[in-house]
Amino acid sequence: MTSARQATLIARKDLLIEVRGRHALGTLVPFAATVLVAFGFAFGPGREVLERVAPGLLWMAVLFSAVMASRRAYQTESEDGALEGLLLAPIDKAAVFLGKAVAVTVELLALVIVVLLLVMVLFDLSVADPFLVLAAFVLGAIGLAAVGSLFGVVAESSRTREAIFPMLVLPLVAPVLIAGVRATDLAAAGRSGEVWSWLGLLAAFDVVFLSVGVLVFGYLLED
Amino acid sequence: MAATAERALGKATSRSGEHLLGIAALVALGVSAVMSLVVAPPDAVQGEVQRIMYVHVPSAWLAYLCFFVVFIASIAYLKTKKTRWDRVAAASAEIGVLFTSLAIVLGMLWGKPVWGTWWTWDPRLTTTAVLLMIYVAYLAIRRITDNPSRRARWAAVIGIVGFIDVPIVHLSVVWWRSLHQGPTLFRLGPPEIEGTMLLALLLGVAAFTITYAYLMTLRLRVGRLEERAAREALSPLVGAER
Repeated sequence: MTSARQATLIARKDLLIEVRGRHALGTLVPFAATVLVAFGFAFGPGREVLERVAPGLLWMAVLFSAVMASRRAYQTESEDGALEGLLLAPIDKAAVFLGKAVAVTVELLALVIVVLLLVMVLFDLSVADPFLVLAAFVLGAIGLAAVGSLFGVVAESSRTREAIFPMLVLPLVAPVLIAGVRATDLAAAGRSGEVWSWLGLLAAFDVVFLSVGVLVFGYLLED
Repeated sequence: MAATAERALGKATSRSGEHLLGIAALVALGVSAVMSLVVAPPDAVQGEVQRIMYVHVPSAWLAYLCFFVVFIASIAYLKTKKTRWDRVAAASAEIGVLFTSLAIVLGMLWGKPVWGTWWTWDPRLTTTAVLLMIYVAYLAIRRITDNPSRRARWAAVIGIVGFIDVPIVHLSVVWWRSLHQGPTLFRLGPPEIEGTMLLALLLGVAAFTITYAYLMTLRLRVGRLEERAAREALSPLVGAER
């Protein structure tokens, strides 16, 4: 069985758990919506301010959800010794990482669609170039999922100190936040020409973290 | 038995090399202080406050040097699994966090009179702040597990990933905005800095680097002793089980 096939199977398994358990639908979407409404209270009710900060709020909501989703991806593994089973299975460790990253990316993109609609309604964000905004979110979600899936193992094993995982992930994904917000801002404003360099940065981040993850993920699990 | 232990302890705490390094660091810092406070002329535009440069730039240099050492030691640990490399990475990360904080605080003290603000979201400042956050998390992760091998592996992965992230963070904040004065030394063509000032700055960098070496030897010795103490606390239990 090739690594790609193994990764697909892991991703399929994780997504199946999500679909049946409704964790993303039941927890992440209401969570992101609550965060957005809280942002509305913090920066509203003036339309002008809300409209200006909307791309940033959108990405903050996705960022927080990414932290929760990646933690969740390993929480299911810790139950009933599932992680041990996964480690003993004759599969490539890198495939586990890639599979998790794919599953988290898909979950985040499903969330993004809901959150994007919410922001467009709540904060009156009009998107001039939806294709580019979507591209930014696809590339951004891959980057967030790569970092989250790499260190989710650490989060799961250190459940007593919950702050440590976000403390590690948030500075590491600073480039995704900056590039994602700028790209969304420019695409929403219709300045499509300037979006491409930010999309390039997001793509570079994805490539770097996916490859580094493939190389080092096995060392996190070696017990 | 006790004598052997004592001899081994004596060897682990042998300090003659350490003392030499300590004296060298003290002398170098003294010379650098005289150079930067007395010999070097005040800046034509900024006046006396520019002298902060002689400690700010060396601190920033050490910050990046320390994290580069963490990066190399982390790779070496994952390749060889020798605890020595883990100790090097841990010691260097601690010193790095210290000097990163120092560089940021000194930069603020310099920025207030010159730029009129404590903090700006300038690329180099922002990158250094993100760097500090990553390595504070690195040190925090080192404390959450009691399993030394797992701690070393986790820390090594973060030491590698964190360092690789730095250029990407820097690029993203450079595109984001810029205000910092351009690099004075590392550029093509003659440096834009007067001779004595340059000498004082280079002396500062050398003095800080020697101090780093000294702090490393101290921290590595403490690390070795910690490991021994942990082993000895365990050994009676292991003996009883047999």
